[in-house]
Amino acid sequence: MKYIDEFRDGDVAQTLAAAIRAEADPARSYHFMEFCGGHTHAISRYGVSDLLPANVKMIHGPGCPVCVLPIGRVDQAIRLALEQGVTLCTYGDCLRVPASDGLSLMKAKAKGGDIRMVYSSADAVTLAQKNPDKQVVFFAIGFETTTPPTAVAIKHAAALGLKNFSVLCCHVLTPSAISSILESPEVRQWGTVPLDGFIGPAHVSTIIGSRPYEFFAEEYRKPVVIAGFEPLDVMQAIKMLIRQVNEGRAEVENEFARAVSRDGNLKAQQLVAEVFEMRKHFEWRGLNILPYSALRIRSQFAEFDAEKRFPLGYASVPDHKACECGAILRGVKRPQDCKIFGTVCTPENPVGSCMVSSEGACAAHYTYGRYKDV
Amino acid sequence: MSEVRKGYVRPIDIKHGQVDMAHGSGGRAMAQLIEELFAKYLGNEYLAQGDDGALLPAQGEGRLVMATDSHVVSPLFFPGGDIGCLSVHGTINDVAMMGAKPLWLSAGFILEEGFKLADLARIVQSMAAAAKEAGVPVVTGDTKVVERGKGDGVFITTTGVGVVAPGRELSGRYAKPGDVILVSGTLGDHGMAIMAERESLGFESPIVSDTAALHGLIETMRASGADIHVLRDPTRGGLATTLNEIAKQSGVGMMLQEKDLPVTPAVNAACEFLGLDPLYVANEGKLVAICAEPDAKKLLAAMQGHPLGAAAAIVGRVHEDAHHFVQMTTGFGGKRIVDWLSGEQLPRIC
Repeated sequence: MKYIDEFRDGDVAQTLAAAIRAEADPARSYHFMEFCGGHTHAISRYGVSDLLPANVKMIHGPGCPVCVLPIGRVDQAIRLALEQGVTLCTYGDCLRVPASDGLSLMKAKAKGGDIRMVYSSADAVTLAQKNPDKQVVFFAIGFETTTPPTAVAIKHAAALGLKNFSVLCCHVLTPSAISSILESPEVRQWGTVPLDGFIGPAHVSTIIGSRPYEFFAEEYRKPVVIAGFEPLDVMQAIKMLIRQVNEGRAEVENEFARAVSRDGNLKAQQLVAEVFEMRKHFEWRGLNILPYSALRIRSQFAEFDAEKRFPLGYASVPDHKACECGAILRGVKRPQDCKIFGTVCTPENPVGSCMVSSEGACAAHYTYGRYKDV
Repeated sequence: MSEVRKGYVRPIDIKHGQVDMAHGSGGRAMAQLIEELFAKYLGNEYLAQGDDGALLPAQGEGRLVMATDSHVVSPLFFPGGDIGCLSVHGTINDVAMMGAKPLWLSAGFILEEGFKLADLARIVQSMAAAAKEAGVPVVTGDTKVVERGKGDGVFITTTGVGVVAPGRELSGRYAKPGDVILVSGTLGDHGMAIMAERESLGFESPIVSDTAALHGLIETMRASGADIHVLRDPTRGGLATTLNEIAKQSGVGMMLQEKDLPVTPAVNAACEFLGLDPLYVANEGKLVAICAEPDAKKLLAAMQGHPLGAAAAIVGRVHEDAHHFVQMTTGFGGKRIVDWLSGEQLPRIC
């Protein structure tokens, strides 16, 4: 595949691995967090860590949309389907996220809920158009990458004058999650999570640009290198991070210049601002309640807001006691440090959200890397 | 003066007609459907017996193999085939993977009220052509009709019977450390053909299902004299799931080489586009063979000499591993597990 195989070339990888070995100072260690689940997946799937020297360690970050979704939000979606009788549309990964009472959207579907997997928010609008007698709700999750398509869907539904389409908006913001990690006592006070820099998001950055990360580099003195989701992108970013650390720099650098600019996609940003506004606070799985960390639908589009259309109170539900997803999402623990990893909690019967999506740290380690644990 | 009227029964209107509940009643309408459609195309000496079951000749030496497979594929027609030929190939392959020569098939149809007879005729003709080409007749069958909305057009269950010559022993339990793993051709063609059709993806170069009966290829492989330990067709769950099954059954580990896996550029690109992995996508005309190391090259040459094995390749090796992991050296140079399929990647693929 042209323009893809080039970024997965094994020979180039070996050359880059040698360059990283040469760059890394054997007298110290390096700890970098890859923020995105897309990077976590690439690292595990291509075996990138096998090509890194032992003193360069990767820490999985919270950037997996399904993983940070708290139980209370999935409960809301399930209640919409089972109690309000709506047709609930969502992206495939959401279906298996564990919720209260041993349910998930997939199990709610088996109980008779009309729950559909869609590939795009536009499919949900089409479904509403085709079924005027059914209330169709799009369960919208994800970081800044998936937010503009939801905005488009709402504007499209408004233009069509649809009375049976609404959105349960659970869109969250990347910079809030990064600040939460940098402000956490493990990083800031105790130093139990050594963190020398970030691999910055790929797709999110195509929308928001590289500018939002400049604050982190300046304020917290942590280098950020924005990288694409191909394995060579990740390795190149690691090399750039090592160099910044060695030279005592903390800057935002852009390895993914083929898709990301400093300002990002202004049209998409404008569209998002037109349809959404900040929530004062939002609960994340693992990171608790973060101020100004998520979006809600503006009042002028209120008729498309499922939280306003249906009686949906929000109740926070704690994670399973033994589940370490919270600590794993903050980089405090690794999947294999969790007592129930691979025993009680598996991709077939996930207890925590990190075992659900292929971008989740636990699912990635279980699927691609668990041979290293034995 | 008595006059015997010449018997005349108006033929079924296959061109414009639809399945109705009477076609499953056991009465005259059903008899007519069987005669004018099923028997017309699938007809053979056993089916012509017209009894409750087929009376078949006893087989001398060897042991019998019996396999059954239900087909619920959606859509019913797809590039490279349809549910009819698929239901013949699928069951023949299950019998053949046991090292048996497939002899006979049965076919059970569950039809939905309102299903177009023209479509049913296309499906039965396709089954007939596949059975004829394979030399494995459908010797008995059954038809049931369910109310509209209770089925999805047509579901077909086929059962196959075959005979294994004495001394031939194949099983997923027989992979041994040191053995070599081969596949008979490119991976993921069937699954991606269905997926592209279902989602109306309209790729520029259409992906065609690989559905085919593999007993001829297996005969060629056997004739090479290679010491084959395991044969299996990687259908649902793809190569990854099939190899994990074998690794578990045999109590061994495996190491694949990603760069050696045959995948067409079109399937590769479609998988990339949809976020799928060709290792987990279904095949309907491919097999995995595991053989003793010294015979691997000989077996590969034999496979490549057959039209259905032209793109055959050696893709990995079996080794000792108490954890029965299937692993892979990635094209990138790292290592990873190739795990069982988790969840349902593509529902109703066959």
